[in-house]
Amino acid sequence: MENNNLRNSLKNGPDENGNFGIFGGRFVAETLMPLILELQSEYKKAKNDKAYQAELSALNSTYTGRPSPLYFAERLTNELNGAKIYFKREELNHTGSHKINNCLGQILLAKRMGRTRIIAETGAGQHGVATATVCARFGLPCVIYMGATDVERQAPNVFRMKLLGAEVVPVSAGAGTLKDAMNEALRDWVTNVDDTYYLIGTAAGPHPYPAMVRDFQSIIGHELREQFLKVEGKLPDAIVACIGGGSNAIGIFHTFLDDNEVKLYGAEAGGYGLDVENGHAASMSGGKPGVLHGNRTYLLQNEDGQILEGHSISAGLDYPGVGPEHSFLKDSGRVNYVPITDKEALEAFQICTKLEGIIPALESAHGLAQVIKLAPTMDKEQTIVLNLSGRGDKDVETVGKHLGVEL
Amino acid sequence: MSENRIKKAFEKCKHENRAAFMPFVSAGYPDIKTSQAIMDGFPQAGADIIEVGMPFSDPMADGPIVEAAGHVALKNGQTLQKTLNMVASFRQKDSETPIILMGYYNPIYIFGVDNFLDEAKKAGVDGLIVVDLPSEEDGELCLPALKANIDFIRLTTPTTNDERLKTVLKNSSGFIYYVSITGITGSKITNYDKVEKAVKRIKSQTELPVCVGFGIKTADDAKAIGKHADGVVIASVLIKALGDSLENEKATKQSVNSVLEIVRSLAKGVRQAR
Repeated sequence: MENNNLRNSLKNGPDENGNFGIFGGRFVAETLMPLILELQSEYKKAKNDKAYQAELSALNSTYTGRPSPLYFAERLTNELNGAKIYFKREELNHTGSHKINNCLGQILLAKRMGRTRIIAETGAGQHGVATATVCARFGLPCVIYMGATDVERQAPNVFRMKLLGAEVVPVSAGAGTLKDAMNEALRDWVTNVDDTYYLIGTAAGPHPYPAMVRDFQSIIGHELREQFLKVEGKLPDAIVACIGGGSNAIGIFHTFLDDNEVKLYGAEAGGYGLDVENGHAASMSGGKPGVLHGNRTYLLQNEDGQILEGHSISAGLDYPGVGPEHSFLKDSGRVNYVPITDKEALEAFQICTKLEGIIPALESAHGLAQVIKLAPTMDKEQTIVLNLSGRGDKDVETVGKHLGVEL
Repeated sequence: MSENRIKKAFEKCKHENRAAFMPFVSAGYPDIKTSQAIMDGFPQAGADIIEVGMPFSDPMADGPIVEAAGHVALKNGQTLQKTLNMVASFRQKDSETPIILMGYYNPIYIFGVDNFLDEAKKAGVDGLIVVDLPSEEDGELCLPALKANIDFIRLTTPTTNDERLKTVLKNSSGFIYYVSITGITGSKITNYDKVEKAVKRIKSQTELPVCVGFGIKTADDAKAIGKHADGVVIASVLIKALGDSLENEKATKQSVNSVLEIVRSLAKGVRQAR
């Protein structure tokens, strides 16, 4: 029975080659193959090393402030007059988002592997800030690649990274967003293989990154299970998270994948709407499987296999791909991925701010918009948890612009 | 059964005691007509084997020069089918010079692997270099290509140690492409001796010819590398010359010749190496 359950579990992926069904893999240049094989083996060792786990756990509690609280959003619940709404408050973490969970895990790994230089890509700047933070904490030089467009629309985060001692390199190729930053980070890595560790920020890229980042982020779901059982005496009826690359979502979903009574929703960036060509970043709702950045996954692309830029009001979701495990979970039907438009996210951003006194990141506001759609359709005894993955201080200027306010 | 053009080309060079010279053209840059004329002019200018770049939106192993050329080609409507058509057109005029397609996997995956191999074979393609398909992903394209009698040429790099080399050599065919540097196209070779050592190390483990690419910019580079390698690849320096000849991204009268002139000079370098 036990074995049988394991075999049918959705949690078994990836296989040893990094495949989640047809998704995932290791589609990288030969120069990088030895590096990711080494990373795979070192990560495996670290995972079973009590000292490593203890160090990570101590940092999670004393540096990040874990566990992050589970908060009952009472006024939002009353307003929507449906299911009880809870927030898993990752935005209260040190550096303001879930990104720090992964960065701490990987920086300890980089240290173990004797790497002396850290590189990373960033979209909204949340991962860049988290990476710059752990690099400051461990005294390692750090280069952050960021699309030139994003550098402009996330100016406060750029300055934070610089204060933390990171070098921020604007990337002007393409549309100057996350995809282009990732290309440039990969080029850096191919060039500086001897000393450099590439600290990928989302659960995507070549194996072992998708599994490794998921593991570091899964602390969100593990805490939630315990907290929720304590408060409600049962599991939640629904969990909602926003999806760019999908690290906060896989982090909160993963432990619940085999609990079929828990419905899972991933809110993709619907931008101007799925019917607007190249006007959204919903790779699963509006793309098809392809190969980019080391993995096979759902991608926004044209009929010739050229990758599209995509669009989202949120720099963190503005990516034409998604982590391969999400592609697998989409095809398996376990997670329901839905597009949320810029406009819906903006509205949700304001509702949450006014009703709960919490300014959510525009990324998380996409999840919130799905909660706002979902809650009224559910009974009052039912429950929804939103992964409030980041705080919105960085987005105040962008939101102001969209509301016609000059700051 | 078509003869193996790649094998023949290397045999001919070996007979002449010199390295094969392999220039690169970015298909559709700055337009189909110009890139076709460059490709068609290569054999006369001294090319033994031709590499044709299939443009991709996100060429992670390429530097800014090759990337920008690909983006211009894509902007002008270049597609994988059009690139295959260029090869077919070349083949009508030249039945000897091997053609290697070089690029990234996604456009091929979307075209459909079987469909692509059929069309490539028909067009007269001899080999493939697909940057983001390491040995670990051989089932995707490498094995089907070998079955279709198209060589699958693999990259080895300074990070490929002896143990890894065994994995890389397995299922490799045509020749081995040694990437002379850790880095992207358009960088500069800094240490000829290191390259020579690496080439010798690889040659000791395979019967296949070993060619060197990335970072060869001058006739002197070509001469130095051609001393020990079985082939010398040049790319970025040609794309740069082509780019410099353009006016508002459009080809001029000088464009084709500006590339072929460099090809002639570097081909001469290779021929004087030994």
